[in-house]
Amino acid sequence: MKRTMKTLVVACGAVAAAFGVGAGTTPAQAQGKTITLCWAAWDPANALVELSKDFTAKSGIGMKFEFVPWTNYADRFLNELNSHGSLCDLIIGDSQWIGGAAENGQYVKLNDFFKKEGISMDDYMPATVVGYSEWPKNTPNYWALPAMGDAVGWTYRKDWFARPDVQKDFKAKYGREIGVPKTLDELKDIAQFFQGREIDGKKVYGASIYTERGSEGITMGVSNYLYDYGFKYDDPKKPYAMDGFVNSASAVKGLEAYKQLYKCCTPPGASNSYMSEGLDAFKSGQVALQMNFFAFFPGLYKDPNVGGDKIGFFVNPAGPAAQATQLGGQGISVVSYSKNQAEALQYIKWFSGGDVQKKWWALGGYSCAKSVLNDPSFPNSAPFAKEFLQSMGMVVDFWAEPSYAQLLQAEQKRVHDYVVADKGTAQEALDGLVKDWKAIFKEEGKKF
Amino acid sequence: MNELSASSRITYRAVMVRPGVARRIRGLSDRTLAWLFITPTIVLLLAINIFPLLWTIYLSFTNYRANRANVPTIWLGADWYQSILTDPDIWAAMQVTAHFVIWTVVIETVLGFGLAYLIDKKFRGHGMWTTIILLPMMLSPAVVGNFWTFLYQPQIGLFNYVVAFFTGRAASSFQMLGDVTLSPWAIVIVDAWMWTPYVMLICLAGLRSIPDYIYEAAEVDRASKWRQFWSITLPMALPFIMLAVLFRGIENFKMFDMVNLLTGGGPGSTTEVASITLKRAAFESWRTGYSSAFAIILFVTVFGLANIYVKALNKVKSR
Amino acid sequence: MTSATTAHSVVEPSTTTRRFAGTLVVLYAIITMIPLVWIMLTAFKSPDDAISYPPKVMFKPSLEGFCNLFTTRSRQTPEFIRSLGPPQGLCDDIARSRNMVVAGPSNYVPRFVNSLIIAFGSTVLAVALGTLSAYGFSRFRVPLKDDLLFFILSTRMMPPIAVAIPIYLMYRTIGLSDTRLGMILLYTSVNVSLAVWLLKGFIDEIPREYEEAAMIDGYTRFQAFVKVVLPQATTGIAATAIFCLIFAWNEYAFAVLLTSGNAQTAPPFIPIIIGEGGQDWPAVAAGTTLFLVPIVVFTVLLRKHLLRGITFGAVRK
Repeated sequence: MKRTMKTLVVACGAVAAAFGVGAGTTPAQAQGKTITLCWAAWDPANALVELSKDFTAKSGIGMKFEFVPWTNYADRFLNELNSHGSLCDLIIGDSQWIGGAAENGQYVKLNDFFKKEGISMDDYMPATVVGYSEWPKNTPNYWALPAMGDAVGWTYRKDWFARPDVQKDFKAKYGREIGVPKTLDELKDIAQFFQGREIDGKKVYGASIYTERGSEGITMGVSNYLYDYGFKYDDPKKPYAMDGFVNSASAVKGLEAYKQLYKCCTPPGASNSYMSEGLDAFKSGQVALQMNFFAFFPGLYKDPNVGGDKIGFFVNPAGPAAQATQLGGQGISVVSYSKNQAEALQYIKWFSGGDVQKKWWALGGYSCAKSVLNDPSFPNSAPFAKEFLQSMGMVVDFWAEPSYAQLLQAEQKRVHDYVVADKGTAQEALDGLVKDWKAIFKEEGKKF
Repeated sequence: MNELSASSRITYRAVMVRPGVARRIRGLSDRTLAWLFITPTIVLLLAINIFPLLWTIYLSFTNYRANRANVPTIWLGADWYQSILTDPDIWAAMQVTAHFVIWTVVIETVLGFGLAYLIDKKFRGHGMWTTIILLPMMLSPAVVGNFWTFLYQPQIGLFNYVVAFFTGRAASSFQMLGDVTLSPWAIVIVDAWMWTPYVMLICLAGLRSIPDYIYEAAEVDRASKWRQFWSITLPMALPFIMLAVLFRGIENFKMFDMVNLLTGGGPGSTTEVASITLKRAAFESWRTGYSSAFAIILFVTVFGLANIYVKALNKVKSR
Repeated sequence: MTSATTAHSVVEPSTTTRRFAGTLVVLYAIITMIPLVWIMLTAFKSPDDAISYPPKVMFKPSLEGFCNLFTTRSRQTPEFIRSLGPPQGLCDDIARSRNMVVAGPSNYVPRFVNSLIIAFGSTVLAVALGTLSAYGFSRFRVPLKDDLLFFILSTRMMPPIAVAIPIYLMYRTIGLSDTRLGMILLYTSVNVSLAVWLLKGFIDEIPREYEEAAMIDGYTRFQAFVKVVLPQATTGIAATAIFCLIFAWNEYAFAVLLTSGNAQTAPPFIPIIIGEGGQDWPAVAAGTTLFLVPIVVFTVLLRKHLLRGITFGAVRK
């Protein structure tokens, strides 16, 4: 025993030393500089890796990538930024981070750089400039270049909708043809229709929707209902006045409708699902409808099992008050703690180029450049391109305040408690949310 | 801080034993050597434990936020302590923690003691089987906890399949992690799976510490086995059981990794144990001052409870 | 079950009792092993087998999980794949059968290496510091010894998140955020309390007479420590080292909060291995298996000292 232990300790020490030495020497790059880009781990990131090969070929600057799954993305990278870490030279940060990142000096302000390089924000779709670049909102202070346009949309099983038995049964039950839903009520009918139905001998379910608790999932999901039912973040005339807007009677109805959809028409075990769980449910043929970000649609369309002719796309349907959708997407920023800012800026300049933007869209990224989006051939360039344009015209974003994380956490808790954990009523949930948000803004010293 | 002054005093007051032997010998005196040997550890602990603890105490009286470099720090006095101790959400988290600690400790103690009792019968191959049983507790709670989310999947998970197999219900008719009533038990099950062996091992040591002659004497007195168990086995193993309960209690009061990966506190806040609340406040909301106050409250709680418990343990031991 | 009277000795349990006890324990052991066996089985399943219902016990072994663990892949059109040359290696072959190509290595190996460096680094430091202090506490009259020892232990009562708050700020200020050195120091400080307590017990058991004899022979106290005490304490030191190693290897809370891309260890990384959709379970299982194997080996080696280790030396056999 004694001897084994001894040999083991010695051996392990040697191994550790070997690894230590090895790891100590590898980062030293032989030639050329390397910069690191941080983003979420998802389909568009793989496309960006592909795209960035051109940059390396052209500039000689190597690219490293740090991709983190969505549920850890905000936690990880806000932690990184707040620790003043220099891991990321470039970051494709979420739209809501911009307030905090700008006010705390974590992003480099890009106005001078844009002016020098002749990059104009007029060349980008207005919703994306406001959403991804500006802080304070609607002022010409730019902290990012719009990189990836995105919004919540829906996918459906076109092949199931086209089945004669489905069409016949649906008509018998609802008295209308089955088709792409125009309203949230129609969407619920369709989901309810498929819930528990047998298709090719397999039990299927209605819809996959966002219910994730830990990061931002359920908020990104429920917003699509709240906006449509008349929820507003605050009084348009009096900023931060939330009473009667966040918790209005119509907003309460929207929250209730979301809970109904969750209770009636989602697959079992969908109590904590976000983007990737939605993809799993849809790709494995479990659900007829899927709520998800447009970012995934190119990948889904290419999917060998459910892609191609089998999949269709539609925008978030209208509710009683409006038709709106949750904004996703990100701008690309230079991290102020980076030691390679010049190279990072060089990347942004290259990325803003017209040809690069075109290729970006072709590879599966969503360009925000007007040169791509306003091209007459754009709406027909992909089966979801038209829906994307339409969605980007009706997006609403969550708070982008410096205290966004706290505001988000409050909504996550209140909404998840009500929708998934069956705690209290919708009115209580939204009243509680107003109370939480007021307390947060009060701590910030906001007047309302 | 009591410990702080104590530890700084040690640095110059370390004295030696047996001066007679040492003085005759060249080289370092025992006093210097004791000083040299103990100081590095104390310095490290001062730098990485005590200094940060003092800093946390200071921060807990301010509005400091780690993500706002430009906001001036304001002294708030005991405001955070007051608002935390009157916050129903905090009390809810403490209740979840208490539920988790109590149930895991109860289950692990009963199962662990039972197993130890059986293993103490020294059946053939008990050494090998004991080692096998011990495996789960050596593994990373985060990595293994993460895998349990797969076992708990309602549609494809092994756990649901096995339960369905024995109960005849449909596997997807219940969800361990997404259900308000089941999720607190889902985390208890995983913790019990991992840590029952821990209690077992300590209890086994307790059972083996009971000398044979006591049982022999009991046999002579014709005490029944049942009686022997209650009047010899259990009382004599009690200090060991209590020690196991102490260690498990402290560990589970601090529980973060396994629960974070299994449920992340959900659904809603059903399984949000104190450490998860603290993590959200400190590393998601970045309310550093507030979370520092909460951290101090947690530390004082665990420290206080452990001290009371150790006193009780010593009483039992001295009986 | 205990009522069966024994034939041989009054305290020896009967054969029936033994068999009965043995059966129950073996049953428990088997149940408790199922999740671990399932991890290892899943590691060798194809993704389809891994998520099939009812769960498959018999399946065709596949290395796809390991391939996915070590590589990143990107989806391509069949035309593009056909235009490539022959597949480079087994993993490329598997990827292509799923309309994907291997894009590069994954981060698993760097994270695993970080785990090794941080675990071994902190263990060496903690054991070195712990041995010195334990000897000091064992052999010298130190004022307030009990208080000091209790203080060393009490540093483990802080919830890790509570410790992480000031460490985060401190490391940010002195530039140790997301560095291996920072993690090594932190884990050392956590482990040193265990090391002191365990090693003090081991050194207490070595008779003082040995050193005193050596010192009478002309050794200095330090030489006696190095040449007499250390060799005697080897087993204890090795056991302590393995305990420190296991803690540092398994640690999650500090790692997830204080490291990012440079110094992140395997525990925070394994749960975020995802495939095209959600978690890529065969890859997660493969990563978990590789991560657990060393610990299983150490547990078997350490089985005689486990008790002491888990109770901070409070219970010895």
